[in-house]
Amino acid sequence: MSIKHSLLALLQDGPGYGAQLRQEFEQRTGGTWPLNVGQVYTTLGRLERDGLVESAGAADEEGRIAYQLTDAGRTEVEQWWAVPVAREQTPRNELAIKLALAVTLPGVDVQRIVQTQRTATMTHLRDLTRLKRRADGEDLAWELVLESLVFADEAEVRWLDHVEARISRLGPPEAKASRTAPGATAGNAGVREGATNG
Amino acid sequence: MTQQPILRLDDVVRTHGTGNTAVHALRGVSLTVRAGELVAVMGPSGSGKSTLLNLAGGLDAPTEGAVSIDGQVLASLSRAGLDRLRRRTMGFVFQDLNLIPSLTAIENVSLPMELDGVGVRKARAAARDALGKVGILELADRFPEQLSGGQQQRAAIARALVGDRRLVLADEPTGALDSTTGEAVLRTLRDQCDDGAGGLLVTHESRHAAWADRVIFLRDGVVVDATGDAETPESLLETGV
Ligand SMILES: Nc1ncnc2c1ncn2[C@@H]1O[C@H](COP(=O)(O)OP(=O)(O)OP(=O)(O)O)[C@@H](O)[C@H]1O
Ligand SMILES: [Mg+2]
Repeated sequence: MSIKHSLLALLQDGPGYGAQLRQEFEQRTGGTWPLNVGQVYTTLGRLERDGLVESAGAADEEGRIAYQLTDAGRTEVEQWWAVPVAREQTPRNELAIKLALAVTLPGVDVQRIVQTQRTATMTHLRDLTRLKRRADGEDLAWELVLESLVFADEAEVRWLDHVEARISRLGPPEAKASRTAPGATAGNAGVREGATNG
Repeated sequence: MTQQPILRLDDVVRTHGTGNTAVHALRGVSLTVRAGELVAVMGPSGSGKSTLLNLAGGLDAPTEGAVSIDGQVLASLSRAGLDRLRRRTMGFVFQDLNLIPSLTAIENVSLPMELDGVGVRKARAAARDALGKVGILELADRFPEQLSGGQQQRAAIARALVGDRRLVLADEPTGALDSTTGEAVLRTLRDQCDDGAGGLLVTHESRHAAWADRVIFLRDGVVVDATGDAETPESLLETGV
């Protein structure tokens, strides 16, 4: 997540100091991705070093410095709005890894894994939906964040349904095949069952 | 809010045909829906979801086991008694909608109340209210063929909700709807349950099933899994969701 760009974007609305920016951020995202004040000040320091923000005046009586965007900073935010968010290179997905291993290793009850996961994800999805109902149209930013999590859960459940359908089409577990080419792992006791029919 | 079951299925079996060609649509399903509760049913195509709903609504009879509504076993009711129970207590949204083509949207919605002896004026007022809830009040005087698929779907939902039905049975009610309209329908169904109705909702969409208190998963005619009852969603926030 880009803390840098979030802070620059908030500063578009006028100067602010660190604690204030953190609060503004969390108000919009409902504390879904908590920021600590230290992170905020470190980032502001880096932005100042890079000439994207500057202090908006002297420290106030509590010693807080408000920051404002420089012209370069303004350009940077405009760029951020204009350009699509970059995907991290296929972020590691524990569930996909788990199932990839489960369908290729002997003695793992894949069906059970799928069902257990789907029930858990469904429960999470329901709880997110309750939070959303409670927000009840009064907090657009927070609801959109919740909905992004809702759609992510939904995608996972759909994928699990798909996995289940593919497994049941495959029939009994001994029909499963490892991707490893026959012979390539000769002597490897871990890839015995089914591997030869692949 | 969770005392008397409105709907109860006890070890229900539904088999079509006999012998080698028998189709086991449901193979022993038990389920309770209480007042105030919305239960969602999910599962692959052919897993028995519509069969379950039709049995719950008395449109089909179980091969074995019993279905009861408000403590009355449906099989013990006369034809007329069952019809009356259906009209007064139950609202249906069918998978294929079943709107009557020769009636306008509002006539379709008010018909069940009128059949039940409610005065036309009063039934129409309730129907307007229900059409408003699903957002198609301005289409009240159109015939089904003059409505889009999603609008027909909403008319069918209004018909199921009108007149404070205490058990709402909905089979894929959000199929043809976009995401915000689908959500509005779920919100309406949820409100009806929060006001004391019981609801049974068949859906393919987990995002919609998530409005239910419980979700049961059907597969080849048996319940393979179910979510537990809701906990406090605040615990999600503490862990950063
Ligand atoms: N009248 C019938 N005669 C024979 N078999 C039937 C009959 N009605 C339903 N079935 C079978 O019973 C099984 C369950 O059907 P059902 O309509 O309940 O599935 P479903 O879960 O609602 O599927 P979908 O998601 O496609 O609507 C299916 O295998 C279906 O072919
Ligand atoms: Mg069906």
